[in-house]
Amino acid sequence: MQFSFTSEQEEFRSVLRRFLEEKSPATAVRRLMETEAGWDREGWREINQQLGLTGVHIPETFGGQGFGFVELGIVLEEMGRALLCAPYFASTVLAATAIMNAGTDGQKLALLPPIATGDTIATLAFTEPNGRWDAEGVETSATPGNGKFRLDGVKSFVLDGHTADLIVVLARRPGSRGDEGLSFFTVRGDAAGLSRRALNVIDPTRKQARLEFRSVEAELLGEEGGGAKPFARTMMQAAACLANEMVGGADRLRQSALDYANLRVQFGRTIASFQSMKHKQADMLVDVELAKSAAYQAAAAATEDDADLPALASLAKACASEAYMQTAIHTIQIHGGIGFTWDNDTHLWFKRAKSSEVFLGDPTWHREKMMQAWGV
Amino acid sequence: MSEPTEASVRAEARAWLEANWNPDLGLIEWRNKLIDSGWGVPSWPKDWYGRELPLPLELVVEEEMKRIGAVGVAKTGIRRLAAATLLAHGSDMQKEKFLRRSLTGEDTWCQLFSEPGSGSDLAGAMTRAEFKGNRWVINGQKVWTTSAHHADWGLLLARTNWDVPKHQGLSYFILDIHQPGVEVHPLRQMNGHASFNQVFFTDAEVPPEHLVADVGKGWAVATTTLMHERRGADGVGRWGMASDRKGRIYDEERAEIATVMEPYKWYPQRAGRVDLIVERAKATGRNTDPVVRQEIAKLLTLSKTAEWTALRARAAQMQGRPQGPEGSLGKLVSSHVARAAARVHTLITGADAMLAGEDSPMNGVIAEILISVPAGSIAGGTDEIQRNIISERVLHMPKEPRTDNDRPFRDVPKNIVT
Repeated sequence: MQFSFTSEQEEFRSVLRRFLEEKSPATAVRRLMETEAGWDREGWREINQQLGLTGVHIPETFGGQGFGFVELGIVLEEMGRALLCAPYFASTVLAATAIMNAGTDGQKLALLPPIATGDTIATLAFTEPNGRWDAEGVETSATPGNGKFRLDGVKSFVLDGHTADLIVVLARRPGSRGDEGLSFFTVRGDAAGLSRRALNVIDPTRKQARLEFRSVEAELLGEEGGGAKPFARTMMQAAACLANEMVGGADRLRQSALDYANLRVQFGRTIASFQSMKHKQADMLVDVELAKSAAYQAAAAATEDDADLPALASLAKACASEAYMQTAIHTIQIHGGIGFTWDNDTHLWFKRAKSSEVFLGDPTWHREKMMQAWGV
Repeated sequence: MSEPTEASVRAEARAWLEANWNPDLGLIEWRNKLIDSGWGVPSWPKDWYGRELPLPLELVVEEEMKRIGAVGVAKTGIRRLAAATLLAHGSDMQKEKFLRRSLTGEDTWCQLFSEPGSGSDLAGAMTRAEFKGNRWVINGQKVWTTSAHHADWGLLLARTNWDVPKHQGLSYFILDIHQPGVEVHPLRQMNGHASFNQVFFTDAEVPPEHLVADVGKGWAVATTTLMHERRGADGVGRWGMASDRKGRIYDEERAEIATVMEPYKWYPQRAGRVDLIVERAKATGRNTDPVVRQEIAKLLTLSKTAEWTALRARAAQMQGRPQGPEGSLGKLVSSHVARAAARVHTLITGADAMLAGEDSPMNGVIAEILISVPAGSIAGGTDEIQRNIISERVLHMPKEPRTDNDRPFRDVPKNIVT
């Protein structure tokens, strides 16, 4: 297992950090979060044309860059740090990964290249209004007929679901339960019978949608009834990815709290000189560095397809969720009253921390999954 | 001469070891041979038994030693700190007299720094050293001295000047433990063990040639010792491992390690014994309780991430990169792990957590965990001091305001020691 980044990876990270600092300052985040889409095509094209980020972990055969989850993790950590408003997690992380796991070679050849170039924005619709993150929660049905399938049901919490061009949907054979009868499908965003509504979300930098399928015609992706395995794998890889995104955001918050404490003067001295602040900052550093170790470990496990990935992905998701949220709470506290205002940027990251804590399963749920994976 | 490479060092060390390693030699005899060859401490200067190899290449030599089963120089305990300190600050006479015998293991050491009145604030030492006639005369008391009862020499930090600020009035001495003015008393801890000692000095004597560095420069020397101590703490386990091979030299080494490690036998319990958690939870059936499962999972997460963070720090070091923040967190994180482990052990053990000794699960091991864990967040720098260090040195936050280092030490408020 890899415990340090190569110098090429470090170089990639620093290029990316500079790029995102320039393209995604807080002013840009605030502008985009007020729009209904939550991102703009022009900015999206720029990040893809200049750095080819949308295809980073997609194999070269399918039009991507051919890197692994460690490089994808670096991209996400830096995007999380910059709080980039873009459909990256929906399209590259969730949808492309699901297609890579579930699709046939022919389907990958057809679907992945436009995602890799960023021309197609895709997303993955798996969770339903019941808010479950496992296969058991899937109720949307896929009824076969004339070599096609018709989808009926409701998907919720779908990242960028109201703007995506292509939707990968997890649905089940009518009457099936649990892991049985699950399949992936693809549906165009403008398909007949599909109604999409942007949800009112706590984190406006990452939009979610509710999708209602009423007899929507869908293409089967991969094997009929064989969706459970690729779904489970996609969820683990996505959890590892989200953990990396979260530690980037947490590190950014930690630094901003430190910068503020060094500036803010009370009682004739900077608040950074008070031991209560110093100790809090030391604790924040511990939280963030431990969570980074977990996130990096999970990314390495995903890259190597390590047998321990199920446990490590859950460990990282739980650990990073708590570190991000705790860091966000401390950061507001260190800022004091100003930290609770709309004008101060802290709440932007706080809200991403809260949303990410729950998305893909909360820490308690993931800890239980980890215990089961380790046979405890 | 060309620069040594991993391959050249490996080949040369291997050739020498294959020609010279002999498990039938006595421990001291072999170590003298090893020291003369330069392979005993290959990163040391050429003038002092070394080859001036960079640290990663020293590890290559260690690998070769391990491969052939060769015993290394004495590294256990305080003698490692003594050797490193004297190498950096000692006079040629001191190096001549002590380095070789420390490396062979003939001389054993203890560290006489902490005092009843100065724990976190080591520079507030009040043990007095006065030059009288032709020798230094020492009076005062040290505490938390590991292995003082079988040490030959002590690394002593004592005050030689009370009229200058605290750090400037300290000097560093090599003190002969075997003399009438030195009394060693064991100190019993809350867990019943007595791993440390109190050391009392009543007109103990030190000859002038055993002053290390100049008078008043003791703090800089002590800092070197402490730096090596902390470095050792990060790589725990590397130096306390005896070989299980058969043969005279291995027996001698095992005996040496057993003596040095004796005070540390409860240290695994002090660290919380996370390794026992899962088997204990299964054995007691507590692994079926969802609340207990969550607590176990949190502990395992903390413990694993602590381990990976240490590995990240080590990997960066091996690549010759500047150490990131991850390298300074280990001590603080290890107390978090230990405390969390004690809590989870209690949760798993239930009412039996009230029992001790033979009545306690695992013949007292669980009880020993519960009453040993409080030491970890104090020994070797309290959690509070660690947080100061992290915030000041890693995060560059302002230093604590001080009222003690701008005036003569005589005028600084002190503890009343009875």
